[in-house]
Amino acid sequence: MKLLRILVFFLYSTLTQAIDTHQFHNAQQQADYQSLITELRCLVCQNQTIGDSNAPLAADLREQIYQMLQTGKTKAEILQFMTERYGDFVLYKPPFNSVTSLLWLAPVLFLLTGIIVVFVIIRRKNQTTAIDEQKLAQARALLNKE
Amino acid sequence: MLKFLIPLILFLVMAVFLAIGLQRDPSHIPSPLINKPAPVFSAPKLTAPQESLSPKDLHGQVWLLNVWASWCSTCREEHPVLNLLAQQQVTLIGLNYKDKAEDAFAWLQQGGDPYRISIMDNNGKIGIDWGVYGVPETFVIDKKGIVRYKHIGALTFESIQQTLLPLIAQLQSETP
Repeated sequence: MKLLRILVFFLYSTLTQAIDTHQFHNAQQQADYQSLITELRCLVCQNQTIGDSNAPLAADLREQIYQMLQTGKTKAEILQFMTERYGDFVLYKPPFNSVTSLLWLAPVLFLLTGIIVVFVIIRRKNQTTAIDEQKLAQARALLNKE
Repeated sequence: MLKFLIPLILFLVMAVFLAIGLQRDPSHIPSPLINKPAPVFSAPKLTAPQESLSPKDLHGQVWLLNVWASWCSTCREEHPVLNLLAQQQVTLIGLNYKDKAEDAFAWLQQGGDPYRISIMDNNGKIGIDWGVYGVPETFVIDKKGIVRYKHIGALTFESIQQTLLPLIAQLQSETP
């Protein structure tokens, strides 16, 4: 039973974020590193950031970012470095440009279309048709007969 | 009449987009290097580590850069195709990615060496410059040193007949 508990403990200890030990010159560099590794996509495990991924490429890219920060590169320079080599897909949050504008705007457009359709349908239902006077007189006559 | 046409038209439009989308592999990332100069490197040769090779040494000819490793099982599938390319006199440069020299030698001895020259990228830095994210990958570079095509994954006999060999023939006819 104790062995089982120890084994379960080891199982859980593998479910952590990829851990590297890096020494930074200052707090700004560390903050930049932390934000960069959550902004770049791991291209092997494409639904994870390179901060979360255990793939060897993710480790290489984290090391690359660390080295670049050490030599004084800015966040913008590092992001440009990555997109030059891997394309816009490496950015976890897609940039807003002519190609991706539809991707960003589609949910809003769908919502607006839905609201407009609902309005039109409700308005149509509430419209009463013009009363035909002759038919109304006929109906009254029939009702009064009884 | 229109009331019945609109859903039909919407469906047809969606069907077209789905048909296009289902034929694509979403995990394949298009390379931003296409039509840009080949990233510069100076890599040691596998057979002679004191010598190095860089893209400018290959200026004036059409060449392929094949990223491979001895630990990569998919590369085994690709090997007979590479041997065929070598027979066709295609200049194949092998980038041995994140590998050990002795493992690379053993692999080439086992399966044959289709590469004109093999170069080493033990720490993967050259791979990062070329946007390598999965092995094997193959790049086609023209006589001016511009990257013209990237094939992701293992090469197949079909893909080289349909795409690669015609492209190489076309690039051969261009002036350097």
